[in-house]
Amino acid sequence: MSLHSDALNATPGGEIAASFSALSARRLLVIGGVALILVGMLFGDIFAVFVLHQNASRINENLLAATNAVAAHDPSSVPPHFMAIGGLLENRGTKVDAHVHMIDFGYLALLLALVQPFVAFSESARRKLAGALIFGAALLPVGVFLIHYVGLIYSPLESIGWASVFADFGGFIVLLVAAIELIGLWKYRQLPAASKPADALLADRSWASRTLFAWGTLLVLVGFFHGSYYAGTQLFANEASDVALLTQMTTGARDSAAQAVEDYAMLQGQKAVNIAAHSHIIEFGMLAILMAFFQPYVFLSERWRRIWVTTLLAGSVLLPVFVLLELRPGLLAGGIADIGGLLVIVALTGMLAGVVRYTGTLDAAAGGAR
Amino acid sequence: MTRSGRWLVIGGLLLAVWGMTYGLYYAVFVEHQTLDTIGGSLTGAFVHAAEQASQKSQASMQAYANANYIYVRQVDAHGHWIGLGLLLVVLGIAFGRVGFSEPARMGLAGGLIAGAMLFPLGVLMETVIQGSIPKAVAVLGSALVIASLAGIAFGFSRDRGTA
Repeated sequence: MSLHSDALNATPGGEIAASFSALSARRLLVIGGVALILVGMLFGDIFAVFVLHQNASRINENLLAATNAVAAHDPSSVPPHFMAIGGLLENRGTKVDAHVHMIDFGYLALLLALVQPFVAFSESARRKLAGALIFGAALLPVGVFLIHYVGLIYSPLESIGWASVFADFGGFIVLLVAAIELIGLWKYRQLPAASKPADALLADRSWASRTLFAWGTLLVLVGFFHGSYYAGTQLFANEASDVALLTQMTTGARDSAAQAVEDYAMLQGQKAVNIAAHSHIIEFGMLAILMAFFQPYVFLSERWRRIWVTTLLAGSVLLPVFVLLELRPGLLAGGIADIGGLLVIVALTGMLAGVVRYTGTLDAAAGGAR
Repeated sequence: MTRSGRWLVIGGLLLAVWGMTYGLYYAVFVEHQTLDTIGGSLTGAFVHAAEQASQKSQASMQAYANANYIYVRQVDAHGHWIGLGLLLVVLGIAFGRVGFSEPARMGLAGGLIAGAMLFPLGVLMETVIQGSIPKAVAVLGSALVIASLAGIAFGFSRDRGTA
């Protein structure tokens, strides 16, 4: 029998069950954290399919128009095209920021869930902090997403709109909660050793947990190796090509300038897929490591737990590998990469369903005891 | 928690706080000016080219290249310090699961902490020092991170619950 089954058999008296009681800070942070990661990933998938490539095309169109203005010796036509490029970059940048921040705040929530037994505050205070963190973690990405659309409407400030103000407020809440949690951790260090019980959650050695730990670390390792290889062999050359192509746009004849715009788009694509592959494989590795800790809370049969672990890891490999191949087989590779992302989302949803099921079991048992 | 794990958690927290402090300073005092320089000089290069003022255009293009070179490395250093810091914390919590002796774990933890500090430092040094020293620091840092992570991944795969 697995450790997981043992833990559930001991419900509700077991130590693992006790660390996940109804409306506890840890439960809020685990469920809220996984939900943030899921929403952030879904948003990223939608952004990749419906916005990313279209946005890149418009940037290239404006760059080509600016290049044509240079060839036509028409300086007054250049700035509007760069203004348009600035707007398109802001559109892309705010969406990437919203996607990344929502997922990273989800990771932060899971990390804080992990250290809750070592935060020396009352459960009520920890619960309020957890609620505030989830609120701030949702507010910042929503605010960042709206920056491009709200702009400076009704803003009393010259260059900062209301969406930015709310986003910054969300970030401030997250920062404040993290600082208070650190104080709680510091207070815990000063408690006598006898009042520091071990966290049963960290003792889990199930197949799911061990596999996620080993593969998660391996994914981070591969991502780091790829990033180092890219930085060592291509980064400097790409930077030189970037400037050379832009210079060609400003000095070449119309045809050669148009070719330079095309080559520049290809170079940007090359940089983008390398950075995306590097960051995604590391992020998925971190996700696997974090989810390894919470496997005792995934109330599913051993078979289904293994299926979701394997699915998560398969998606974590597929997405970055096929993002990297996107420049060659093109659409097919892009499609497979999207399926990889979907596999991660499905696996995480399956694990979340197991966690929610576990909470139901615990709450029903607690209700029966009353 | 093991001694090696405690070192990783403390090292990771310090690194993450350092990365965030650097990021805050960078966002308030440097980033906007750098982005203005990047956008302004690139636009200037095209406008001067359209005016057929080729020397001014080249000067603007050079200003763009310099600003972009520095910007990429400053943002990279900030992101990598925080990312590696958080990785250190997460691995530190579970470091008892690395199926090696405690001295071996201390070696892996030390290598990972040193690499996580050195790699972004080398990247950042590239913006102020010419030559091969910054690159050597970055390569040494990344080699330490890669070797330590390989050892840790192998250690996790050896874990059978005896730690």
